[in-house]
Amino acid sequence: MIRIELPAHLRTLARVEGAVQVEVEGPVTQRSVLDALEARHPALRGTIRDHVTGQRRPYVRFFACEQDLSHESPDTPLPEAVARGAEPLLVVGAIAGG
Amino acid sequence: MSNVRVLAGTRKGAFVLTSDGKRKKWDVSGPHFAGWEISHVKGSPADPNRLYASQSSGWFGQQIQRSNDGGKTWEPVGNKFVYDGVPGTHQWYDGTPHPWEFKRVWHLEPSLTDPDTAYAGVEDAAIFRTTDGGQTWEELAGLRGHGSGPRWQPGAGGMCLHTILLDPANAGRMYIAISAAGAFRTDDCGQTWRPINQGLRSQYIPDPNAEVGHCVHRIAMHRSRPNVLFMQKHWDVMRSDDGGESWREVSGNLPTDFGFPIDVHAHEPETIYVVPIKSDSEHFPPEGKLRVYRSRTGGNEWEPLTRGLPQSDCYVNVLRDAMAVDSLDECGVYFGTTGGQVYASADAGDSWAPIVRDLPAVLSVEVQTLP
Repeated sequence: MIRIELPAHLRTLARVEGAVQVEVEGPVTQRSVLDALEARHPALRGTIRDHVTGQRRPYVRFFACEQDLSHESPDTPLPEAVARGAEPLLVVGAIAGG
Repeated sequence: MSNVRVLAGTRKGAFVLTSDGKRKKWDVSGPHFAGWEISHVKGSPADPNRLYASQSSGWFGQQIQRSNDGGKTWEPVGNKFVYDGVPGTHQWYDGTPHPWEFKRVWHLEPSLTDPDTAYAGVEDAAIFRTTDGGQTWEELAGLRGHGSGPRWQPGAGGMCLHTILLDPANAGRMYIAISAAGAFRTDDCGQTWRPINQGLRSQYIPDPNAEVGHCVHRIAMHRSRPNVLFMQKHWDVMRSDDGGESWREVSGNLPTDFGFPIDVHAHEPETIYVVPIKSDSEHFPPEGKLRVYRSRTGGNEWEPLTRGLPQSDCYVNVLRDAMAVDSLDECGVYFGTTGGQVYASADAGDSWAPIVRDLPAVLSVEVQTLP
């Protein structure tokens, strides 16, 4: 089970509290985790990555295991600790605006 | 007795303000979607409990929310706005070609007859339609396909399609307006469009009389006379008596003819309202006095309405979608400010009182008159 921690606004939108858990079959990557997340919570489609291009939205970042994974390929395997559920994938809204 | 429901979109959420026909005591509900920018909330004329809201954030993009119970509860619906075909380019601020990029929905206009049909005016400028209650959105691409798109350019707020008027007497006819391209009309349900800017004159573009490029801020009509249109342009208040074929200036004795909103009295089609703003570089009322101006002659002769409005040290703005009228016997007029006040007049503008005064900056105000 993969754990994903969402920013507050996306938790509200998806109507969840705390971390979201998803099952992923096959390689655990940004793409496969986000595919599973959006399948479970369709309201999140288009909020983390673009509907058409699939690219991460500019003010969204991905962190895990004290690493910034934002600029990794979406098909790069996530850290093993994320894949086995020991550590969460953090979806973070960049510090900006007011 | 009838009730009224005011729908206010703000920089940090939506608010629903309700009152009875006296419009003296108000209940305030909100913030809905706290922390998100709500550019517009509007109810369906065919089913007043069906509301649509445009919710967006710089981080997480566009959402559309729908309510089936007058704003008590909401559900997110479709947020996929994809331009039809290759989007092409418009002019950037410096005149260079810039690709069309979807940014947000500025305005939602529900159909006059079908609660599941609504139109969305978006930035970068285009019009979309849903026929399934907001689940899916399809561009009416004939507008961008008109051919003048490469000459459209963004106004200071972005290249937004902010006004959608549905003709109640002609189901095929719609008017839209874009900053800064101008006004356009379709007579075939949005398949084809043409610019209707004859008579507009804008000194800030290379050809002041150009077919497109005008920064139209808002258009309004009275449903009993859909061929008569009133326009607040960047500068100039304009009027058309022929469905936009030609325009003439009716700024008359206004202290300044710059401004954003314009609206028409619910029962007097020649009574119109504007909020003069000092200039395009100073977006606040002249002399620090917040004054709505009313014309009972369809323009040219204007009177200031000041009773109950701050007449000193007031430096708020009133944005283009932030004025509305109800349809009670004594027409109510409402507007919201960037300072967070929503003012109401229950006597057609003669006197005003704030419903709320400390909301986030108000982006839009709509009113529903309920049985």
